[in-house]
Amino acid sequence: MTDVAIVGLGLHPFGRSPALSGLEQGAIAARAAIADAGTNFKAMEFAFGGSQDGGNADSLVNLLGLTGLQFTNIWNGCATGGSSLNAAYSAIKSGQYDMGLVVGFDKHARGAFNPQPKDWGLDDWYGETGLMLTTQYFAMKIQRYMHDYGISRETLVRVAEKAFRNGSITPTAWRQTALTTEDIEQAPMVSEPLNKYMFCSPAEGGCALVLCRADIAKNYAKNPVLLKSAVVRSRHYGSFEVFSPSQAPAVAPSPTVTASRAAFEFAGIGPEDVDVAQLQDTEVGAEIMHLAENGFCEHGEQEQWLREGVTEINGRLPVNTDGGCLANGEPVGASGLRQVYEICHQLRGTAGTRQVPNAPKVGYTHVYGAPGISGVNILTT
Amino acid sequence: MLPQEPLHPGLFSWPDSAPQLLGSRCTDCGEHAFPSQPSCRACSSERTEIVGLGNTGTLWTWTIQSFMPKAPYHTDETPETFRPYGVGYIELACGIKVESRLHENSTHTLRIGLPMKLEIVPVREDSEGKQLMTFQFSSAEAL
Repeated sequence: MTDVAIVGLGLHPFGRSPALSGLEQGAIAARAAIADAGTNFKAMEFAFGGSQDGGNADSLVNLLGLTGLQFTNIWNGCATGGSSLNAAYSAIKSGQYDMGLVVGFDKHARGAFNPQPKDWGLDDWYGETGLMLTTQYFAMKIQRYMHDYGISRETLVRVAEKAFRNGSITPTAWRQTALTTEDIEQAPMVSEPLNKYMFCSPAEGGCALVLCRADIAKNYAKNPVLLKSAVVRSRHYGSFEVFSPSQAPAVAPSPTVTASRAAFEFAGIGPEDVDVAQLQDTEVGAEIMHLAENGFCEHGEQEQWLREGVTEINGRLPVNTDGGCLANGEPVGASGLRQVYEICHQLRGTAGTRQVPNAPKVGYTHVYGAPGISGVNILTT
Repeated sequence: MLPQEPLHPGLFSWPDSAPQLLGSRCTDCGEHAFPSQPSCRACSSERTEIVGLGNTGTLWTWTIQSFMPKAPYHTDETPETFRPYGVGYIELACGIKVESRLHENSTHTLRIGLPMKLEIVPVREDSEGKQLMTFQFSSAEAL
């Protein structure tokens, strides 16, 4: 069976773009990815796309051209990009198609998301009494984690500092100003122990990738990146998930753990082989916990890792080299694909001033979303 | 006093001299759930029964909601009267952890392991002048 390659990368910068709809930002990203692959939209045999608030992804054909391609809308919360990529991977791997497009975009209102209980199988009381906030869940998960594994507040601050420092050298990032330790420590509290600079914000943006059979990839890219695994998993009984009025007595591994293990197994490598990673950092606690859930370190070891700078661009395992969700914001439909976009640049050696040294060969991306799904991709040169 | 009724039926016993949370128990595998579920999330069985889950527990984790949430949040508060509230998971005797608002809202009082007790409190007045009630937990630690 053929390998699957990524040969085109396109991004419309994340942040606020008042003059553009979400769909238009998706179209800009799609055109950029197709141009990067040196081809045209007519060559796309299929597309998978998703958006939460930006409209139906398949409406993109009105902007890109009515070519009759198979265009499937994907919606899987924060894991939308991962799910689209998984679908594209399968479409090529199965031999059904040779080349296609994955695209995600979004345009969220300012402020925190306000999900509706009924969309998540819950009754109105849960939202009306103020329990249906993703921010609370993230705060409570890291609060317990800090208690169980001895993670300090200093470590939370270090993750935010790194994110904004990396954002400051990423031309497409939304937050391009590095922040001092004091700036972060003194920010207004949102949900104890997480303050304003420790959470990412809903944003706008678009991202797209062109994928094809690996054996034809050289026709489109000088240095194609291989997508070795694209895995999505949902939650098990007992994992601590967002929007849960109750939790089971026994604690089960999160869907991140199961997705990660499956992805490593498919790729035939282990966490120690990864040179650069993007881990879902909707808030600083998530990045800390996801380091262990994805198998990169033991629970509690993050305290030492962050102190020693292991996850810095020059560290042993650079994480969220473009500033992650914290510095880029989260347009939900596009966010997971941005991670892959960044890893592809790192593996191509085209990441500019934030380039990881010594020519990284193996990259890793991970998203986590409500109500308990994870997507993991492993990419190699 | 305004007539009172639960915001949502079946979450707690009410009125009751000693209100307790209500949930379900799977008659096949014995797992509990809150709120009650017609099917079991652990074993997929469709045989469950309503059971009392008690009115005490210990605080498993917590946070403080410091800004007034957008809708669907719906209480009598205004941005001017909004008061940050605690949120936590309370581990009950049956083992499950139930998410709840907390009476306490301060980092000085909230800590993992704190003994907690159930109380029934008003949420808002409805259009017919009834006071809608929900559950929350408060510290049961002797002062």
